Amino acid sequence: MKRSFDRRQVLMLGAGAAAIAALGIPGGPAYAKNDYEEVIAKFTGGKTPTPSKVKLDLPEIAENGNTVPMTVSVESPMTPQSHVTDVLVVTDGNPRAGVATFHFSPASGIAEANTRIRLATSQNIIAVAKMNDGSFFTASKAVKVTIGGCGG
Amino acid sequence: MSVKPRIKLDKKEAKKGDLVEVKALVSHIMESGQRKDRDGKTIPRKILNKFTCTVNGKEVFSADFEPAISANPYIQFRFRAQESGPVVLTWIDDDGSKIVGEESIKVN
Repeated sequence: MKRSFDRRQVLMLGAGAAAIAALGIPGGPAYAKNDYEEVIAKFTGGKTPTPSKVKLDLPEIAENGNTVPMTVSVESPMTPQSHVTDVLVVTDGNPRAGVATFHFSPASGIAEANTRIRLATSQNIIAVAKMNDGSFFTASKAVKVTIGGCGG
Repeated sequence: MSVKPRIKLDKKEAKKGDLVEVKALVSHIMESGQRKDRDGKTIPRKILNKFTCTVNGKEVFSADFEPAISANPYIQFRFRAQESGPVVLTWIDDDGSKIVGEESIKVN
């Protein structure tokens, strides 16, 4: 039984990756943009979401990008007549844009979910809510990810 | 390997219409498919990609997870108490296997 990684190597790898992420590309943006705009456009069917109603709660500075607590909530009475159906969460700085999609119904009672997410570097998190009447609302939040989170 | 999720409801009994909070944590590597091993080969993705909660057989909340969800995924949400019954939480792995946990709620 041979394991390809021992704990020390994993920690060192993590620290190295964080250092590279923190350095970024000299002279350019700190990170390359992923396809988050396309992911949002696919979700909304090309509609531009209104910046309102959605609340994203994340720490301004995350010490450990491996596990950043995130709460997303949407103002809505959650009645059969008026409720949130889906909430898409994406980031603009991770290698892949998608984070999660939450599905709600009037049985949810409230459109709110909390989970823990991975952030490769300092970046913006964007939430887009879809209402049962076909309208879309959005909010975004910038999070700074400091090094030293992994192994430091 | 079967894992047992940790599930906590903020109340065991609720009045009809009350909001019940569910917190759940499950052990899982959530391998992102972005990391490389020592030989430079990409470690294949293995995550829990779908989460569903049903109360008395009716879905109250579900979520699709991407690799950006942390290892040992934690999820917290609420539902409106309507009727007594089992609260079943299901996570689906990329390989098709399921992790299932169950609690119950009594609605007065």
